Amino acid sequence: MKQGNRFWAWLVFGVGTTYFILPLLATFEFSLRKRRGEYSFDAYRSVFEDPNFQATFTYSVVVAIFTILLGVLLVVPTAYWIRLRLPHLRPIVEFITLLPLVIPAIVIVFGYIRMFGSNSTLPFLATARGADALLVIGYAVLALPYMYRAVDTGLRTIDVRTLTEAAQILGAGWTTIIVRIILPNVLIAVLSGAFLSFAIVIGEFTMASLLNRPAFGPYLQNIGANTAYEPSALALISFAITWGCMSLIQILSRFAPRSANRPN
Amino acid sequence: MSQTASVRPGAPEISRLRLPLHWLGVAPFFIFALLFLILPTIGLIAGAFKNAAGDYTLDNIIALSQPKLAAAYWVSIQISFVSAVLGALIGLAMAVAVIRGGLPPWLRSATLTFSGVASNFAGVPLAFSFIATLGRLGVATILLRDIFGINIYSLGFSIFSFWGLILTYLYFQIPLMIVIITPAVDGLKKEWGEAAATLGATNWQYWRMVVIPVLWPSFLGTTVLLFANAFGAVATAYALTGPSLNIVPIQLFAQIRGDVLYNPNLGYALAFGMIVITGLANLFYILFQRRAERWLK
Repeated sequence: MKQGNRFWAWLVFGVGTTYFILPLLATFEFSLRKRRGEYSFDAYRSVFEDPNFQATFTYSVVVAIFTILLGVLLVVPTAYWIRLRLPHLRPIVEFITLLPLVIPAIVIVFGYIRMFGSNSTLPFLATARGADALLVIGYAVLALPYMYRAVDTGLRTIDVRTLTEAAQILGAGWTTIIVRIILPNVLIAVLSGAFLSFAIVIGEFTMASLLNRPAFGPYLQNIGANTAYEPSALALISFAITWGCMSLIQILSRFAPRSANRPN
Repeated sequence: MSQTASVRPGAPEISRLRLPLHWLGVAPFFIFALLFLILPTIGLIAGAFKNAAGDYTLDNIIALSQPKLAAAYWVSIQISFVSAVLGALIGLAMAVAVIRGGLPPWLRSATLTFSGVASNFAGVPLAFSFIATLGRLGVATILLRDIFGINIYSLGFSIFSFWGLILTYLYFQIPLMIVIITPAVDGLKKEWGEAAATLGATNWQYWRMVVIPVLWPSFLGTTVLLFANAFGAVATAYALTGPSLNIVPIQLFAQIRGDVLYNPNLGYALAFGMIVITGLANLFYILFQRRAERWLK
């Protein structure tokens, strides 16, 4: 009976793995075909030399950094405060942070276009800078479920109350407590939330495209519609970026404190 | 919690300031959520029930039943449903194989790591990968033709078709299932298998009477989550087939881009329909999850 089990397990695993590896290998092979009759890295070279690649990629990296900053500023104090003083609000905050998983991104951005147009009270979309800001805000909303979860898990491993009281006795104000006591303690959790946000933002298409921002996602789509071999090279580059972010999260989680105090 | 009391005696002024301070701490979050998540959504929902002049009406909702839009909803539901059910079944089979199948332990962590990556690998690059693999000149298409003499395109397959889209969606659905269902499969206690064996149950009886009933709520819950996941996906489908495919997210995308329905309020109704469907899916997820948690202590 055990032997039969193992046979099925290997079979399922083998078929599944083939399905997941084959597209990666095929994409790689395809990306090398640009030069007729022989394999070359020409597609990669033409991607990296394309000024639009550099410009859109840089734009998306900057947007990702601002998204992470906004996410941290928003989530860390809130999660901390909920844990310290307002535990009864926890279900409401958790519900709100899960909403972006329920409401599709395309619906959220549609709402923005309607609500923040040029002749509204908050005319984000009247200027390019405003639209950039709205894109950062939209991405912070998309990343909210992951960011909040990561930070909340991080806070669970430290004794928020004792740390706060100790800091207060020593005369620290709220800003000092959050920036110099809480943030360093949950830094690894914050970083893993940050890398996940980065992976989400860097290739995102829908929001950037509908807000008309020169981001990497719309550039990818445009390249896919107009060239043959470059898209494969870009797909592999994107996969490598996602992979890099996830590996960093894995590595960081090994350094995370092992709920040294109370698991609370 | 007894530590709360120790703050109070030393700090009487703080306690007077407590009420506003309490709320100030979370105010930025609530203002942000209200302004950039809740109000825009409510605005759309309200717009779905208004006409161009701003009067309340059900016309937009009724207009969703026009053939093109009804078909879009139907195709979207079919694609989401099939990719969710297949993704859930295959994902569960792989999770069980890796965790319970007696495979080397390192395969488990490798599979989970890869699943974490692949479940985030939706969107435009994923579409490129599948075109390179199963497109007309894709590597797998050509290998099948040259080695096995099977021309899948002359057999009616196309990566831009219903099944092509499902095959592509499975690339993020299966890993998502593996990531979410693994804790539930881990929760199957070894003792239950031993107890079943002691009572003389066959392997099949153990599966039918213990494993399946225990995993059932988690399985259903995750399946509806996968459904919602596929239903909201725009980028993959758009990059694969362009604006031509008649599914709801792409119709909505085209509507926002260029008012193709000549009635902005119909766009709001389209978005409202999406919220209703993904909202229902998530409601079921929460209900199933609550049942599932009974076993996962």
